[in-house]
Amino acid sequence: MTKYDASELAEIIEMLSFQHLDIRAVTMGINIMGALKYDNLAEGVRETVKDRAGELRDAVEEVSSKLGVQIVTKRVAVTPISMLLDARAGDSEEAFKLGVSIAEALDSVAEDLAVDYVGGFAAFVESGYSLGDKGVVKSIPEALSSTERITAMVNAASTLAGINMDAVYEMGEVVKRTADLTEGRGCTRLGVFANAPEGTPFVPGAYHGRGEEDPVINVAVSGPGVIENVVRSLEDADLRTLHDAMKRAAFKITRLGELVGREVAKRLGVRFGSVDLSLAPSPAVGDSVADVLRAMGVEEPGAPGSVLALAILTDAVKKGGAMATSSVGGLSGAFIPVSEDLGMAKAVRRGALALSSLEAMAAVCSTGLDMIVMPGDVEEHVIAAIIGDVMALGIVLDKSLGARLIPVPGAKEGDEVDFGGLLGKAPVMPVGRFSSKALVMRGGIVPPTVSRLMKG
Amino acid sequence: MGEMIVVTVVGADKPGIVAAISSVLAEAKANIVDISMTVLRGFFSMIMVVDISEAISDIFELRDRLEEKGKEIGVRVMVLHEDVFRYMQKV
Repeated sequence: MTKYDASELAEIIEMLSFQHLDIRAVTMGINIMGALKYDNLAEGVRETVKDRAGELRDAVEEVSSKLGVQIVTKRVAVTPISMLLDARAGDSEEAFKLGVSIAEALDSVAEDLAVDYVGGFAAFVESGYSLGDKGVVKSIPEALSSTERITAMVNAASTLAGINMDAVYEMGEVVKRTADLTEGRGCTRLGVFANAPEGTPFVPGAYHGRGEEDPVINVAVSGPGVIENVVRSLEDADLRTLHDAMKRAAFKITRLGELVGREVAKRLGVRFGSVDLSLAPSPAVGDSVADVLRAMGVEEPGAPGSVLALAILTDAVKKGGAMATSSVGGLSGAFIPVSEDLGMAKAVRRGALALSSLEAMAAVCSTGLDMIVMPGDVEEHVIAAIIGDVMALGIVLDKSLGARLIPVPGAKEGDEVDFGGLLGKAPVMPVGRFSSKALVMRGGIVPPTVSRLMKG
Repeated sequence: MGEMIVVTVVGADKPGIVAAISSVLAEAKANIVDISMTVLRGFFSMIMVVDISEAISDIFELRDRLEEKGKEIGVRVMVLHEDVFRYMQKV
């Protein structure tokens, strides 16, 4: 029998009971291409998801109950829908209509199976568009406005291909139109990415990649409260000691993800893919990455030193997590969403955290500009320029980054917008008076950097 | 190796807590292998490691009964599987 001393037992109980440690998501990746066997594509999509994920809910709930660990959401990620449209649509009008009908079919099957989100309404357009890509991108606003559980992503840049600025500009329009159709809410389910990795359990970045097993289970952990607690207990520690303690805590957090992933996969008789070791915050008190930075000694996120603190945190989380699982996947860094993190929203409210500081912090995190609420009258080219900044960081630093920007029609700088639940609330952030319209309107492809040449 | 669970009781210290909880476990033929007392968030807490491999109830049923008993006597009872501790505390 394994022996534990009281402090080892108490530590874990504290984490699970008082520090918001939970499993944020169990995400099943599904290859959706089998839907093409059906004459009615929407029906094919529904049947394929039902076939793979029919028992997901029971498996997740049983594991949660057996272990005594909360699993907050169940998700599904499918092959980029653009591929289905490429195989079936004859022209762009048909691709658009099929896109919307597939989104609605996925939404309804998700509801039937008690799945919270379905990722993979996706297109990869870093070098250019196929017919299917066009169909997905054009149908995103309608698809998001007529569904509740679908998340959309467009990969507009990669280290290998550079940045497709035509796509970036179009995504500025798509974000804006989605906001107009959904009072902003739809944009909480829409991301524009550089180097989007396959196997991400987090939405909206989740999609089922070509190299993945079908089906596969990927797991997302949380745990900022655990790290904050560790940091607070080491008030006088120097940074290397602090880093080491954060690393140890990150190990434990990731191990929980590994355990849950293995258990769910075993119950379903499918392969366990990976754990995304990212610290995902929530709008609850004591579950905030911003509060970790505060505990480290940053007065308010956005203050000088914020990039430094976040870089230390991200590195510690990666190193601790890497030791805890042999299958690290997805984004695996630190998340710095604004509305989904109570402490981040507070920093914006206090005037400490601006878009420019978040852009700088994006260089050392793994999400980019996330859940940023913007004035309703922000113009398409401004959204595109902000996305362009994130894409540039992504290809220059050769990492995955995204932008989830939420213009809210009628909202003005400083207004509070509440999305409810895990999406949280935040003030509308200013976007600045000056623009780069002429730069963005040039369009075309930004060539890949020299990093491309290092890859052969 | 037997299947173990970890039962945590948190609440104001008063007579009868150990008796109440252990009687539920005894009825289910679950065997307490270790008990430690500690303080969690400033509250008196009792943590028990319990072998349920010979028990007539599984972890789901035991959790329900223990939580019910906890409510009766005014303490919070949490039941976790030992796998959680093994994964998180042992390399």
